[in-house]
Amino acid sequence: MEEYTGTAAPVIDIEDLYKSFGSLHVLRGVNLKVQKGENVVVLGRSGTGKSVLIKIIAGLLRQDKGKCLVLGEEVSTMNQRELRDIRQKIGFSFQNSALYDSMTVRENLEFPLVRNVPNLTRADIDEQVESVLDAVGLLQTINQVPSELSGGQRKRIGIARTLILKPEIMLYDEPTAGLDPITCLEINELINEVKEKYHTSSIIITHDLTCARATGDRIAMLLDGKFLKQGTFEEVFESDEPRIKSFYDYNFIQ
Amino acid sequence: MSAKKKEHVYTKGLDSAFLAVYNGYVFFLRFFREVFKGRMEFQEIIKQCYAIGNKSLLLIGMTGFITGMVFTKQSRPSLAEFGAVSWLPSLVAIAIVRALAALVTALISAGKIGSSIGAELGSMRVTEQIDAMEVSAVNPFKFLVVTRVLASTITIPILMFYCTAVSLMGAYLNVTLNEGTSFRAFFENAFEQITFLDIFTSLAKAIAYGFTIGIVGCYQGYNASKGTEGVGKAANSAVVISMFLIFIEEVIIVQVSNYFRN
Repeated sequence: MEEYTGTAAPVIDIEDLYKSFGSLHVLRGVNLKVQKGENVVVLGRSGTGKSVLIKIIAGLLRQDKGKCLVLGEEVSTMNQRELRDIRQKIGFSFQNSALYDSMTVRENLEFPLVRNVPNLTRADIDEQVESVLDAVGLLQTINQVPSELSGGQRKRIGIARTLILKPEIMLYDEPTAGLDPITCLEINELINEVKEKYHTSSIIITHDLTCARATGDRIAMLLDGKFLKQGTFEEVFESDEPRIKSFYDYNFIQ
Repeated sequence: MSAKKKEHVYTKGLDSAFLAVYNGYVFFLRFFREVFKGRMEFQEIIKQCYAIGNKSLLLIGMTGFITGMVFTKQSRPSLAEFGAVSWLPSLVAIAIVRALAALVTALISAGKIGSSIGAELGSMRVTEQIDAMEVSAVNPFKFLVVTRVLASTITIPILMFYCTAVSLMGAYLNVTLNEGTSFRAFFENAFEQITFLDIFTSLAKAIAYGFTIGIVGCYQGYNASKGTEGVGKAANSAVVISMFLIFIEEVIIVQVSNYFRN
């Protein structure tokens, strides 16, 4: 795996990004670069536009202004075919897992696989499904439906579903939200394992400092629609900026 | 005050009504664009056909049977006044084949299937399952909308023929209990006045209603917002709008068929 040098061409390159919803200005000139093999944590309070940022990267939303290059290509100008191609290289883990309720775990995992990889035999499909389920430690749930799974299991299956297409980039939206502390640690470990095993570059959206410290090579602090500070966990939280300090203290008290 | 006025071309309500019609039109066109594009989800279409048929079979059967029976019972006194009770099978058959069966099937389906499609897709939208399909490089419109619209367009005509048969059985039961008419005599008399145009018109209506129920349910669900409240709203609007459109289509198709009849 390539080490992060900070000088290679970034897999995600965001420059001066703006996004508003009516009169609500969510992103106001965001700049972010993610290098190959790097885990970047975007930290910030709820409603600061963290999820909007990764939805723009995945092409689910379109920015009003600015540049959003993924693997060297501008996402906002892509047609449906180009978007489909780039999305095969992006894994998106949703905050509420977004598992398909009407399908079993096996069907959830097969769904993107059979529609994106042509000419797979039944044995190939089974092998790949079992392999990713094994990677997230939930092979035993293969025939269960999402309603029978716990919150942590749903998160893991959600991650497994994105891994089945072997993405180059992972986008995690609040991976530890609503989970107990032990399950949070397990999810943090899983995020690091995914990086090691699948050689992914990731953006992890969270407001959980434990998750940020455990998974982030770099932290980017988003406040009022802009990145206030970027750097390692220590660099960011050694800052004298009062808003960063209050975010840290509040998390700590909680 | 003046800045506020500039926000809308006409009024807020009128603007959103025009926007809704435009968005519906774009959704309608997208269906025809997507239907022939890429991989066809045959398995999902069959699954949806089964779900739609299975869900409504009992209800449509019961409603159709009661409609046939009640319509026969209500028509008898008027015909008896002219000594024309023997025309009852023909009258009832014309009413059922030309109008009642298709309308009863469509209205029951709009309530049962339209709301279910609206709620299902609406809940998938608010729980980000549709977004999840999109980011998995799968076309959710093709998988969710095209399959459901095709399934309702295929299944509702079948349900309509089933409703016609059951309604005629209801009518027969009433006639045989009152007049002692035999099964063969009833149906010979009933089908005497039915023409190919009646059956064709009825089929055309059922196809139009099926498509309407599917596309309206999908549109409302696919564009649902505002969490669980949006899901309820999507289900409700799917029923109300599709029923309204069904009556408009009924008027248009009857006018067109009458043109050919004359």
